[in-house]
Amino acid sequence: MARTEQAYDDIPGTFVFDAERAKEGYHLNMFCMSLMKDENRKAFKADEGKYLDRFPLTPEQRDAILKRQYNRMLELGGNIYFTAKLGATDGHSFQHIAAIMTGSTQDEYAKMMLAGGRSVEGNRSKSGLDLPGKSGKGKKAKRAKAEGKHKKSKKSKSKSKKAGSKRG
Amino acid sequence: MARIIAGVASSHVPAIGAAIDNKKTEEPYWKRVFSGFEKSKEWMAETKPDVAIVVYNDHASAFSMEIIPTFALGCAAEFPPADEGWGPRPVPVVKGHPALASHIAQSVILDEFDLTIVNKMEVDHGLTVPMNLVFGSPQKWPCPVIPLAVNVVMYPPPTGHRCFMLGRALRKAVESYPEDLRVVVFGTGGMSHQISGPRAGLINSKFDKAFLDNLTKDPKKLTKIPHLEYMREAGAEGIEMVMWLIMRGALDDKIDEVYRFYTVPASNTAVGHIILENRRKAGKHGKLKHAAARAKLDVRRG
Repeated sequence: MARTEQAYDDIPGTFVFDAERAKEGYHLNMFCMSLMKDENRKAFKADEGKYLDRFPLTPEQRDAILKRQYNRMLELGGNIYFTAKLGATDGHSFQHIAAIMTGSTQDEYAKMMLAGGRSVEGNRSKSGLDLPGKSGKGKKAKRAKAEGKHKKSKKSKSKSKKAGSKRG
Repeated sequence: MARIIAGVASSHVPAIGAAIDNKKTEEPYWKRVFSGFEKSKEWMAETKPDVAIVVYNDHASAFSMEIIPTFALGCAAEFPPADEGWGPRPVPVVKGHPALASHIAQSVILDEFDLTIVNKMEVDHGLTVPMNLVFGSPQKWPCPVIPLAVNVVMYPPPTGHRCFMLGRALRKAVESYPEDLRVVVFGTGGMSHQISGPRAGLINSKFDKAFLDNLTKDPKKLTKIPHLEYMREAGAEGIEMVMWLIMRGALDDKIDEVYRFYTVPASNTAVGHIILENRRKAGKHGKLKHAAARAKLDVRRG
C-alpha cells in the first residue's frame, strides 16, 4: 500500500514517525521494546530468528532487523527511540547507529558533530521548494540560484525578511 | 497562595546522564558542557524552589507504543528512575507532590486541557538529566517534582501554541493552590538535533539562538512555528522544543533572562539552557528579589 504523501516527506533523509508509520511499525517497535528486559535480550541474542517469531512482523521488517538496516527499519515504521534499543542490545553506542544511518564511520560522524554538526544548508528540502527560515538567507538564495531556481530566489529573498520575522 | 517564580529550560541529552553516571564530567569534551551549568546550580541553590514542575518527554521507557498520551501529568508520590536498557540511572527516586499535582489536573481539565493522569510511572533521562544539570547529584533531590510528560515521539506532538496555552493554564492552576509554595517550571529537550535517518547529525545554531532570543522577548512568535518548520530547520527531533513553550507559557509576560548557555555538541545534539525569572515579586518574598538581583549580577552573560 502506497504511503499517503505528506508535506514533511519533502525533508531529505528523514522518516517522520507519523500515525501511518506507527501503525505499520507497531510490532517492530514492540519487539524493540521487549529488549528492555535482560531475559529477552539474552533470548534474542541466543537465537534471533526464533525470538522474532514471537512478533507478527512483515518479512521486510524481519529482514531489516536481522540485517541491522536501521534506515530501512525507520522506513518500515520503526521509531528511533525503539530501534536504538536494538543497537544497545548489540552493545553499540547511539553514535554507532547514527553513523550507520548516515553512511559514515563512527569516527567521521563524531568529527562532524564536533565541527558543529550537519549544516541545515542544502538539507532542508528535496524539492527545493523549502521556505527559507530565518537562518542562512543569503546562502539559501545562492543555493536556489545554483539549482536554477533563479526566478524564485529573487522573490523569496526579498520576502524572506518579512516571513522570517513573522515566523521567528 | 502558590506561585511560579521562574522557568528553566535545558536539553536532556542521554549521553549527559551517562557522562555523569560514568564520572566523565571532568573530561574536556564534557567539561565544556557541564561548565555551562555551574552558574545554574548556584542560582538553583539560592532560589530553593518548594516544588518543580518538569515538562519532559518519555523515550519509549514508561510509554511504549501501547499508550501514547499527548500530555500526561504525574500525580504519584514517587517516580523511580526507568531502566533504559542498561539498568536504571543511579539517581535518587523522584518524589512527587500528589496534592498539588491533583489540584493542577483538576484545574487544567476544567480549563479544557484533557490531561492524562498517571499514578504510576518511571521516569527516564528526559526528566533526570535536566535535574542533574541544575541540582547536581545529591543523595536526594532537594524538592518534590511533578512530571509532565509530552508526546513528541509520535507525530504530531501538540502544537507550540497548545503548549504555550497549557502553560498559561498551569499558571492559573498553581496560583489557585492555597499553600504558599514557590514553584519553578522546567521545559526540557532540544535544541536542534536529528538522531534518525540519513540526515542525522543536523544542527542549526541560528535557529536555536533565535529561539532562545524569542523565548525571552517574543514567545508568542514562537507559538506560531509550524511543526514542519521545526523538523526542517531544527531536525526531526528538534521538535521537542515545543515543550519549552509550556514553561514559557507558565511564566508572566514580563520576565528577566538571568542566564543562558549554548554549546554544540553533546553527542548528537545542540545543548541549550536558559533561566527566566518572573519580574513580579510578592512583598513577603523580598528575599527572593534580592537573591534574583544578585544572581543576575553574577550570572548574566552577553
